[in-house]
Amino acid sequence: MELLNQISEYLQQGDDEKVFELTGIAIKEGISPKEILDDGLLAGIGIIGKQFKNHEIFLPDVLLAAKAMQAGLNQIKPLLERDKIPGMGKIVLGTVKGDVHDIGKNLVGIMLKGAGYDVIDLGKDVASEQFVETAIIEKANVVGLSALLTTTMPVMKEIISMLKEKDPEGNIKTIIGGAPVTKNIADEYGADAYAFDAANAIDQIKLLI
Amino acid sequence: MRPTVKFLSKSLIEQIISEAKDILCKLGVKIENPELVSKLADYGARIENDASKVFFTNEIIERALKSVPKSFQLFDSSGNETNNFSGNNIHYTPGSSAINFLDYESQDIKQPLTKDYIRYVKIVDQLKYIASQSTAFIPTDVQDKFADSYRLFLSLLYSGKPVVTGTFTAESFEVMKNFLVTVRGSKEALKEKPLSVFTACPTSPLKWGDVSSQNLTDCARYSIPVEIVCMPMAGFISPVTLTGTLIQHTAETLSGIVISQMTNPGTPILYGGSPAIFDIRYETTPMGAVETMMIDCAYNEIGKYLGIPTQAYIALSDSKFLDAQAGLEDGMGATLAALSGINNISGPGMMDFENCFSLEKLVFDNEVCGKTLRMIKGIEPKDDFPAISLFTELLEEEHLLISKHTRKHLRTEHHFPGSIINRASRSRWIEEGSTTLLQRAHSEVERLVSEYSSSHLTDEVRKELINLMEQEAKTHGQGSLPEREV
Repeated sequence: MELLNQISEYLQQGDDEKVFELTGIAIKEGISPKEILDDGLLAGIGIIGKQFKNHEIFLPDVLLAAKAMQAGLNQIKPLLERDKIPGMGKIVLGTVKGDVHDIGKNLVGIMLKGAGYDVIDLGKDVASEQFVETAIIEKANVVGLSALLTTTMPVMKEIISMLKEKDPEGNIKTIIGGAPVTKNIADEYGADAYAFDAANAIDQIKLLI
Repeated sequence: MRPTVKFLSKSLIEQIISEAKDILCKLGVKIENPELVSKLADYGARIENDASKVFFTNEIIERALKSVPKSFQLFDSSGNETNNFSGNNIHYTPGSSAINFLDYESQDIKQPLTKDYIRYVKIVDQLKYIASQSTAFIPTDVQDKFADSYRLFLSLLYSGKPVVTGTFTAESFEVMKNFLVTVRGSKEALKEKPLSVFTACPTSPLKWGDVSSQNLTDCARYSIPVEIVCMPMAGFISPVTLTGTLIQHTAETLSGIVISQMTNPGTPILYGGSPAIFDIRYETTPMGAVETMMIDCAYNEIGKYLGIPTQAYIALSDSKFLDAQAGLEDGMGATLAALSGINNISGPGMMDFENCFSLEKLVFDNEVCGKTLRMIKGIEPKDDFPAISLFTELLEEEHLLISKHTRKHLRTEHHFPGSIINRASRSRWIEEGSTTLLQRAHSEVERLVSEYSSSHLTDEVRKELINLMEQEAKTHGQGSLPEREV
């Protein structure tokens, strides 16, 4: 549909005002929110993701597209909830206790939101219990943990263990990342996934949900 | 401000030139070309007992220097400007005339064939930071006697980029010139928009052979630009001191300038060279030696002092593989050349003392060239003053990733290398196959070959080039040319 293609196009160009305007028109024209999401917003952000992976575009282009995605998503969100259409997923995110480095985690948050996920960013230097409690209360799909220091990295193991106790069926998945973290450490800590950068975090979370 | 580096003071440059002129006037130059010697005598040179010994005068040297163009341009086969040899502009061109070719699979040298040369041209045609082609190596599946014109033929057939080339015999000039005229359309158009630079090499010390001196005059007759490439070897056939070698280089180059300008005043010239120190331990001429690079940069300063665009064989390595030594020598040479403002920088792809050419090294060197081209743009303020508003935005947003300032300047302020230079995190590098530099360079080679497409010549010109080449082969007794892929 032409209108949805236009939403996708303007989203790729990072034009949040146009995406906001056209999403409003689409709603008025009676196009279903699911269609607007799938064939307009997600179609556009999917192309952006591929171009970014192929080094055709750079991070600022992705972030602008993410901002435009938000502009559209905010409008259709109440309608999706009304129609009981499940969202992409809910992610609880934060930098672990004792660690105040949050640049990488913030980038992951911006990109996850842009990709259509619900993100609850707990911030930095977050108590382990807070990750677990928030995830249970909010019925999160994934908990994402970040650490920059080798001294704070082991806190991730503690959170993963606590979560397994509270959620023995393993409905809530875990993903970890940060400069000192590797795939081997993620396996050793019992995390469900590891991401080496923000774009990779989105790919990994897609596989988890 | 464009960053620059200098090795010589003005007074040292003037002293070197003065000594070089003295040598040309008092010791003379041997020129093994009787017709040329006789013309030089008419021009004002003194010929003594030995009919090939030519003694110059300050007057004829000065006369020649006055007529050398201070700048000139090269144009691709479609007539678009690709190289502007003036001021401190720099352009890269691959190293020229290797006899060996490094095979990727075996990592051993082999005799290059037509198919290797075509792959090379398809690649260099697409390299962003390499402005022209050179006839980089010598295909061995045609007779030696016309291998020089055959290289130029293949280059012109497969790429529109201008070509740095040269002849192996005096006879080859005719057909090579005809190729260029065919592509450009007429002799006048070729003069107006040069498509090629021919290399003319005196023999150190202070001698011009008949082929190279004839080539120099033939090019001048058609106003085809020439790079004069002297090859003194410090400590062997030139003085061990860098200053002494510079005096010899200056004398040899000035003698070439006189020959060229006497034949046709105004013929474009590159004040070039391929000097080296002589490594007495291995009896080799290391192009990657720091002193070799210093001589190159220094004679470039002398050329600039004389108001002539410059050239040097400098961004290349003596290593046998694409290894750390190759990276060190290419990187250092290209950086110094760029900072010195050498107008035509020859070398990418070349290794093993200019004996061996590698496609993987060529695409790697393209990345080296890209970095240096960024470097010489220097540090210039761009919407940075006053700084308060940008920093207010930074403090409010906590990042500038999607700031207008970032989006406006990111792609020009930061240089983004290609896939050969790995900047991924270790984890991502592992995820993407844990490739070595050599593997990535080879992937790039294969990508460029597979993505090549060129239609820079009309069918008519293409047919005429093939016809000229086939006739040339026949005159040397070779009935057919090796098969060529499209």
